[in-house]
Amino acid sequence: MRVVRLDHETDFDGWRGQARSLLVDGIPPQDVAWQVGTAQADLFGALERPLDPREPSRRLRVPKQFLSDAKLAICNRDPGRFDLLYRLLWRIQQTPELLTNTVDDDVYQFEKLIKSVRRDRHKMRAFVRFRSVKGEADTYVAWFEPEHHILEENAEFFVRRFANMRWSILTPEGSAHWNRERLAFGPGANRADAPDSDALEELWRGYYAAIFNPARLKVKAMTSEMPKKYWKNLPEAALIKPLMASAHRAEKGMIDAEATPAKRQANYEFAANPPES
Amino acid sequence: MALLSRLEKLKILADAAKYDASCSSSGSTTRDSRGGKGVGSSEGMGICHAYTPDGRCISLLKVLMTNYCMFDCRFCVNRISSNVRRARFMPEDLAQLTIDFYKRNYIEGLFLSSGIIKSPDYTMEQLIEVARILRVREDFRGYIHLKTIPDADPLLLAEAGRLADRVSINVELPTRSGLAKFAPEKDETRIRDAMASTRDQIIGWKQERKRIKSAPRFAPAGQSTQMILGADGASDSEVLRSSTDLYGSYDLKRVYYSAFSPIPDASKDLPLQRPPLMREHRVYQADWLWRFYGFGLQDLDTAMEGGMLPLDIDPKLSWALQRRDLFPIDVNSAAKEQLLRVPGLGTKSVGSILSARRHGRLRLADIGKLCRNISKIRPFIVTQDWRPTALLDREGLRGMLAPKPKQLELAL
Repeated sequence: MRVVRLDHETDFDGWRGQARSLLVDGIPPQDVAWQVGTAQADLFGALERPLDPREPSRRLRVPKQFLSDAKLAICNRDPGRFDLLYRLLWRIQQTPELLTNTVDDDVYQFEKLIKSVRRDRHKMRAFVRFRSVKGEADTYVAWFEPEHHILEENAEFFVRRFANMRWSILTPEGSAHWNRERLAFGPGANRADAPDSDALEELWRGYYAAIFNPARLKVKAMTSEMPKKYWKNLPEAALIKPLMASAHRAEKGMIDAEATPAKRQANYEFAANPPES
Repeated sequence: MALLSRLEKLKILADAAKYDASCSSSGSTTRDSRGGKGVGSSEGMGICHAYTPDGRCISLLKVLMTNYCMFDCRFCVNRISSNVRRARFMPEDLAQLTIDFYKRNYIEGLFLSSGIIKSPDYTMEQLIEVARILRVREDFRGYIHLKTIPDADPLLLAEAGRLADRVSINVELPTRSGLAKFAPEKDETRIRDAMASTRDQIIGWKQERKRIKSAPRFAPAGQSTQMILGADGASDSEVLRSSTDLYGSYDLKRVYYSAFSPIPDASKDLPLQRPPLMREHRVYQADWLWRFYGFGLQDLDTAMEGGMLPLDIDPKLSWALQRRDLFPIDVNSAAKEQLLRVPGLGTKSVGSILSARRHGRLRLADIGKLCRNISKIRPFIVTQDWRPTALLDREGLRGMLAPKPKQLELAL
């Protein structure tokens, strides 16, 4: 058994280098144990020996698409991901078209990991809520709890979108900071490190409540796209239960109400000469 | 009248905007804020920043500039004869609000519409002014969807197209007679003229872009429209005839369907009942079958009973039950077009099947991995180890495949 150590949870370069050496040495996947960090030696710790990174003596098959997908899959929290990726790489040497076999168990699992990371990445882009920092112009901080290790992978998106703001995104495992010129990563943080409110949130909640149509209550459609685990960091989510509770009443009120006599003339005058404020 | 606060105005004008179903922010040009002075990006895929308990997404700040309106469209909460509270945002207010929300990552951009005040041209100019402040002064690179005002000057519509990612004008009702009855000030011919003009300008931009890369863009995310379901007596067959004609004639990106929903202070001319949400869902499914699954209008008619899609089963299953002669389909040899006809197989599953079967013959368990519910698909397919024999001929097949009735909404 070869025990292979990676520097951190998303050490893609480390994985790639080690996988290449293992492949060159012809070590089959079942003989490799992947570990992150230097935390503890396991049962086979005694057999561990560091691998020298080496140039492949024969040509290895590594489809480009596999590398970019593997980079995403490594962000997944699944502890078996390094193992799976090496097994796929091993099998690709024999079956170059392996990844198109969507019903193969390894390929299927690989796609599941990628899909879950993509979804988490997308939800982070959607549900990060910046709060402005009092006394500092155009500076914003958000607290977010991603499911997978996606902060570094995803930070570039926020740079592209908010290049001209100063911002930080804090998560339990790490933080990203943009000062309008450079992206830097720091250690994990606490919720209390981010501002606890933003004056705009009252308006945002007002909007959230007003755009909701009580006659169309479809709670499952909401929770499948905005699962409850995200609610605690969304300022608008506190409204969900009260809005649901009042929905039937609001709808019934609209149906039962008699149409009031139309104020057509008065409204026309306003529409023809609307107030400026 | 007392002055309304920004919050009160926002509540009134968002409440007034929510009956427009569109909230898409996808499919525009790729761009971001680097090298500029403002905020905003667009990367093809839209983002839904929140969901309300009606299951709808909030992608854009969807709001009216004003809900004062000179028109009297019966189905509309803002019609002149309605007694709802009225408010008005000035262009500067709206631009600021959009940026305030955007910087906190609440939204992808702005979807702006308006009641008609003073004149169609004046109203359109005000909407354009908001977009101009955002794009030109603030260098805003997020998404803008502008509703165009019927009967506004074509030059103004062109200006809107240059500033916005998407423009839309609502046909409102599926039939000409419905529109004449319920929206007396609107005219279908003029609405269609506006769509045709937008279509031509989008085509013009796309051609120009081939020669000059920097050609001024025109509504790169295309145009869309909306029709209300259940306000007039139009059948599903009429609705889909109308929408497929609109897709074909004006190269629309989307036709949105909006189940007529009870509104505050509703007109007495309209059915005041719960919105036909399941009907709306089935019409969307049929729309998808037409756009992505190769179904023609005739196929959709086959799925209907008396011009209406069944509510208890989806239109593809309904069609397949009527056309059992075409099944079962062998997943190991059928063409893509045939696979797309199998109830329960979506475009992605079909892609996976085509890809996987190059590696070997597929078994039922393999198909099970690629779809959500194999038991619904099984009666219609043949695999290496499965053939549905008598299942297809069964009288009770529909009952077996229809989803069990359940409580529509469960508590959280």
